[in-house]
Amino acid sequence: MRRVALVGTGLTKFTKDDVSIESLMLLSIKSLFENTKNLTQKDVNVVLTSTGDNSKYLSSIISELTGLSPKISHSVESLCNSGANSAVSAFAYIASGLADVALVAGAERFDSPGRILEWDKSRGQYKHPIYWSSMFTKAHMRKHGTTKEDLAIVSAKNHKNATANPYAYFEKEYSIDEIMQSKNLTEDIRLLDCSLPCCGSAAILLTSEEIAKKFTDCPVWITGIGQKTISAGFTKNTDLTTMKSTIDAAMDAYKMSNTQPSDIDVAEIHDAFTICEIIELEDLGFAKKGKGSSYARNCYETQDRKINPRGGLIGAGHPLGATGIAQIVEIVQQLQEKAEKRQVKGAKIGLVQNMSAAATSSTVLILQS
Amino acid sequence: MTVFESELKNGRFVCSECVKCNKLVWPPSDFCNNCFSEVRWRQVSTTAVLVEFSKKDDTVFCIAEFEGIIRVMGSLEADTKELIIGKELQLAKCDYDGTERFIFQLK
Repeated sequence: MRRVALVGTGLTKFTKDDVSIESLMLLSIKSLFENTKNLTQKDVNVVLTSTGDNSKYLSSIISELTGLSPKISHSVESLCNSGANSAVSAFAYIASGLADVALVAGAERFDSPGRILEWDKSRGQYKHPIYWSSMFTKAHMRKHGTTKEDLAIVSAKNHKNATANPYAYFEKEYSIDEIMQSKNLTEDIRLLDCSLPCCGSAAILLTSEEIAKKFTDCPVWITGIGQKTISAGFTKNTDLTTMKSTIDAAMDAYKMSNTQPSDIDVAEIHDAFTICEIIELEDLGFAKKGKGSSYARNCYETQDRKINPRGGLIGAGHPLGATGIAQIVEIVQQLQEKAEKRQVKGAKIGLVQNMSAAATSSTVLILQS
Repeated sequence: MTVFESELKNGRFVCSECVKCNKLVWPPSDFCNNCFSEVRWRQVSTTAVLVEFSKKDDTVFCIAEFEGIIRVMGSLEADTKELIIGKELQLAKCDYDGTERFIFQLK
C-alpha cells in the first residue's frame, strides 16, 4: 500500500447565505487551487464530492465547472460522516495505485434534507436529532453524574475556540450562564448545546508520496484509518452512554498508525451536541469512562485548544457534507503549524473523528506531519 | 403504504419475523437479515420496558423495548417523577399518518 499525503486545503466561511451546493463547492475548490503551489487542473485524476443534499451527478458537474477531467469521479453520501468517508475513498484510490491526485470537496446548505433520517422507523415521531441527543444526555447524566453545567462548558469552550477561526459561523463567545439560560429544547438539552446546520464548503487535495512535494513543502500523512457501521437505526445503540462505532473505529485507526490516545496532540471531534464531545473524549481514550466532562472542563479552564481548536461543530457550524473535510483541513493546518491564533504548539500527531446518525457509524483518522 | 404502515394505522404494531430462523427483523424489512429467508408479519407484544426518557414541553418521550429486542421511540403518558428505568409500559396506541406514532402508558 502506498503512503498518502494531504497537500492542499480550501474553505469557505460558514454562513446562512442562500447559496447553491455547486457555488459553495466552487468557492472551496477555488480557494484550494489558490493555496496550493504548482497545482493545475490536469494534475487531478480523482474528484469526489460529499454532501447530504439530493444532488445528481454532482462530482461530474463540479469537474466540468472547475475544468477538470478526472479518471474517477463520484459522490459519497453517509449523512454527517460523508466528509471523512470521502477522504477514506480518496485514500484508497491513491494507496492502491489507481490514482495519484485526488480532490475531495464537501458542501451543504442550511436546509439540507440530510438532517433527518426518515427511514429510521424505530425513532417513531421523534426523528429530529434533538431527541436522540436527549437520550444520550439523560443516560450519561444518570450513569456518570454529568451535569447541565458540564454540557455548558463544552459549548463555552468550543464557541471560544471558534472566535479564532475566521471561517466559523459563530463569531462571539458565550458565557456558561448564557448557555445555561439558552432556550430549553428538551428537559436535557438547550439551544446552545446544539451544533447549527449552515451553509459551507471545504476541500482537500490528497496525493501519492512520489508527487506530494510538488504541491507542498510540508505534507501531512494519513497514517491511521478506522471506520465502523453498527446500524442505521438509532435504537440499535444498546448502551446510550457510549458510541460503539467510535470505539471500534478508533481502535483500528490507532492500531494502523501504531499510536495511542496519549500520542495525540490535537483533535477535531464530532460535537454535534455537547454530550457527544463528552462521550467521544471517553470513547477515543482521552479520558476514562465518566471523566469526559472533567477533561473538557480542564481544557476550558486552562485554555487548552487541543480538542476542537477550530470550534468544532458547535462553534464553527455544521454543514453536514463539509464537516468531516473541514475537520481534516483544521488538523492539516495544525500539523503544518499554519493554524495562526488557533495553533496548538508543536502539534505533530492529530486525530479526526466524524460520525453519523446518532453514532450508528463513525470514521476516525490519524494524521501526522 | 407498506404492511407495517397499514397495520400500524389500524392500531396493530407488527414486526417482520423470519419464517426459517424466527428472528424478529427490526426495523421491518422484506427479508431476514440473518439468513435472507422470507418474513411473515406478526403482532408485537403490547407490553414493553422503559429504557430511557426525556421531556419536551409537556410531553414525555422515551425509548421502550419490546420482547427484549425491539426498541422504539414514542410518547409516554406519565409524570416523570413516577418513572424508573426498567419499569413496565403498555403500548396504549399506535398509528401511522406519514410518521410512525407510539403512545405508551405505565402498566
